[in-house]
Amino acid sequence: MNRGKGRALTEGQRAERRLGLWLCAPAAIVMVVVTGWPIVYSVLLSLQRYDLRFPEDKAWIGLSNYATVLTSEVWWNAFWVTLLITVVSVAIELVLGMLLAFAMYRAIVGRGLIRTVVLIPYGIVTVAAAYGWKYAWTPGTGWLAGLLPEGSAPLTERGPAIAIIILAEVWKTTPFMALLLMAGLAVVPEELMRAASVDGATLWQRFTRVTLPLMKPAILVALLFRTLDAFRIFDNIYVLTNGSQGTGSVSISAYHNLIGGLNLGIGSTMSVLILVTVAIIAVVFILGFGTAAPGSER
Amino acid sequence: MEAGRRSVSGWTVANVVVVLYAMVPVLWIASLSFKDPSTFTDGSFIPRKWTLGNYAGIFTNADFVRGLVNSIGIGLISTFVAIVFGTMAAYAVARLTFPGKRLLIGVSLLIAMFPQISLVSPLFQIERALGLFNTWAGLILPYITFALPLTIYTLSAFFREIPWELEKAAKMDGATPFQAFWQVIVPLAAPGMVTTAILAFIFCWNDFLFAISLTSSNAARTAPATISFFTGSTQFEDPTGSISAAAVVITIPIVIFVLFFQRRIVAGLTSGAVKG
Amino acid sequence: MAEIVLDHVTKRYADGTVAVDDFDVRIADHEFVILVGPSGCGKSTTLNMIAGLEDITEGELRVDGRRMNERAPRDRDMAMVFQSYALYPHMTVRENIAFPLKLAKMGRAEMEERVERAAGLLDLAPYLDRKPAALSGGQRQRVAMGRAIVRDPKAFLMDEPLSNLDAKLRVQMRTSISRLQKNLGTTTVYVTHDQTEAMTLGDRIVIMRAGLIQQIGPPQELYDHPRNLFVAGFIGSPSMNVLPARLEEGRLRTPIGDIPLRGRLRRAVEGPDVPRDVIAGIRPESFEDAALVHDADGGGTFTGTVDLLESMGPEKLAYFTLDTGAVRSEHLTEAGGEEEAGEGCQLVAQLDPKSGARRGQPVRLWYDTQAVHLFHPETGENLTER
Repeated sequence: MNRGKGRALTEGQRAERRLGLWLCAPAAIVMVVVTGWPIVYSVLLSLQRYDLRFPEDKAWIGLSNYATVLTSEVWWNAFWVTLLITVVSVAIELVLGMLLAFAMYRAIVGRGLIRTVVLIPYGIVTVAAAYGWKYAWTPGTGWLAGLLPEGSAPLTERGPAIAIIILAEVWKTTPFMALLLMAGLAVVPEELMRAASVDGATLWQRFTRVTLPLMKPAILVALLFRTLDAFRIFDNIYVLTNGSQGTGSVSISAYHNLIGGLNLGIGSTMSVLILVTVAIIAVVFILGFGTAAPGSER
Repeated sequence: MEAGRRSVSGWTVANVVVVLYAMVPVLWIASLSFKDPSTFTDGSFIPRKWTLGNYAGIFTNADFVRGLVNSIGIGLISTFVAIVFGTMAAYAVARLTFPGKRLLIGVSLLIAMFPQISLVSPLFQIERALGLFNTWAGLILPYITFALPLTIYTLSAFFREIPWELEKAAKMDGATPFQAFWQVIVPLAAPGMVTTAILAFIFCWNDFLFAISLTSSNAARTAPATISFFTGSTQFEDPTGSISAAAVVITIPIVIFVLFFQRRIVAGLTSGAVKG
Repeated sequence: MAEIVLDHVTKRYADGTVAVDDFDVRIADHEFVILVGPSGCGKSTTLNMIAGLEDITEGELRVDGRRMNERAPRDRDMAMVFQSYALYPHMTVRENIAFPLKLAKMGRAEMEERVERAAGLLDLAPYLDRKPAALSGGQRQRVAMGRAIVRDPKAFLMDEPLSNLDAKLRVQMRTSISRLQKNLGTTTVYVTHDQTEAMTLGDRIVIMRAGLIQQIGPPQELYDHPRNLFVAGFIGSPSMNVLPARLEEGRLRTPIGDIPLRGRLRRAVEGPDVPRDVIAGIRPESFEDAALVHDADGGGTFTGTVDLLESMGPEKLAYFTLDTGAVRSEHLTEAGGEEEAGEGCQLVAQLDPKSGARRGQPVRLWYDTQAVHLFHPETGENLTER
């Protein structure tokens, strides 16, 4: 009774804590070592003039890399292109994904077929699919390019090229969106839909008044995942245009500076800026829209 | 009955649309891979002149074969390690209370959302300093790291579905915590682990950014990266055929996996995201 | 076989809530003890503390005189049967039953012999090679029992082992558990929320409420001499009738008539702190149709209109609504009794099947005034039993 606050842990609780820590240690160590130090290191790199072609010029230059990048037209172009691709493709995916989710959830015939086939785009290696789209739109070679007026080469023009990038992105990732949304649909109780239709709600009203509000958490999580994923788009652009004609994303820009240009300072600065942008998007979703962070307590 | 028949035909149309959506781009690249080089530019969806030459070509290309070996080896090792570490962590997350649990969940969430490009520059530099650049280990490390959040989420969802009482029963039956885990929990979680392993392997197999950034030769370059280095100037005049054939080759195993484990993959992909 | 002593055991969680408060019971060797109470009363927590699945915050658990607090469940040599049975779904019935023996590294021959014996005892022999999913509820329950008895443990711990069965099977299994325990003589602690199970199975019953022991004793003693209103309301089916009563002019005024204060009732109200308003309790079987009572001495009578009549076969249950407010007491709602009472005060009388009582008709009832219990309205204490 008089053992102080009574807060002392029992033997069992202590053993449980120890076991928990031991079990998590390998995963935690790998994750922290492979991401933690590199993040710090890339912040350090971003504060230096460091071009591997001119290693002797290496010097601490404070924030001037940031000034260089943030005043660069190329960076801002890449930034807006990335944002455009992200917003447009996620919006299309949401609509298509919702339709697909309904089809997978409600189909009277061939539900198994749809659910299986839809996984094919998910399973395909992005690069392989990207080559498919590239050749499809290459004049002379492609079946889709043949549908266009004579002499057009869509992948060499900025607008059409971005549209094709969005198409490739939407094709590949809509199934994932649809699966997440389908799991959200499963949360809507069947009786509720019946009750609503007995109450006289039309199909559209049932969708907007019952299904959507109940699915909101699932939709927000799906949007969060897909937005962050779309923002780091790289593979499709690399194969389709490699960033030419102003179609490069921020990831492409950083890659070109780093691996092509061997400019570690500028490349790292872009990396840090991308990280910050992604963090802002996540925070907006979680705080602004109330997206439940996956894994958080409900 | 009339309405029923109409909705059946409506769903049939929907099915056809979905099947076309998913299959046409795939069939197109497969068609290209069977086209004779002389007919690449005919723009036809179906090959007019069939050949297996493109496939023969890539399998005699040492770089591609080596890339496949790298992809399989690196993918399997990364998946195995991620599953072992991920299972341990997921079990702790699902079942135990300990300080730092929320931190671990938070960190894995951050990594799941992390832009890979932000790791490329520092890892490029660090791996060159440590001699990991252009080695299997150099790719395995980031792959494990990015596969771990996925495995932890998916597996902890599976673990939560195993009734608590089974573990208590095992303890009462005289099992040590490890015996309870190994003889009772693991056999029951095995389907979940298979699913998770497939998802993790697909992630590793699919990666392109790390594969082109952290390698410089066929020593560690994986198949998707190798494909992007196919050019007309080597033994192929036009890389279209070989790229298409290679794309089909690296796609087929995954598609087979996916079709075979369809139900489980759907469960795995959605469990972590929705149940939390 | 073992004696289990819970020496002032307390369970307090990190957030300060007390699940079990100063639980002090000595369970003798071979004894069958029931922990009973409404959900959340701490009975399962107590069982888990005995099992080692939960830590003991204060106090000591001794088995045959040896302190057990720090021992892991596997070192306590106790077997447990769970409400969900917790059968390992990936193992056959044989493997399930053999699992504790396998963990104890028992030789193959002895293991097989023991499994066969346990299976024979529980009529499981035909199912040994099936998986649990292919068994009925009753068969699964028996497998769980088999897993418990196979290694001949010091004690059986059972956590609501019959609640997942349908009513008929539950009665069957109740008998066979009782018989099994008597044959094996293994000390058993059995948790249930069902007072019928408690009454029929146990050598002794421990009634708990909100972490505190309310009363310990053999079933009949708890039934005849409930220490407080909670125990009185919890034990017995249908529940004891509770009526508002007032002590006036040496009599007890109740909605079913005045009762003279004689004998034990007189002694009960002589205490110093007895208020004028008390609660009277009288069991349904203390009533009888007055027409069937020949020696009506020492009893009261009351006439009421029958609301509802249930013929149970060996008896009839007659329900009445008295024109007085129902007794409201925290000690009753938790016992699960009269929550749905509505406005009026309900009364149930258990009558002989020969009774001529008819629904909607008035009937004159006799009741045994010496069977009346008086309870303190605030503390719930049974004034007639102190």
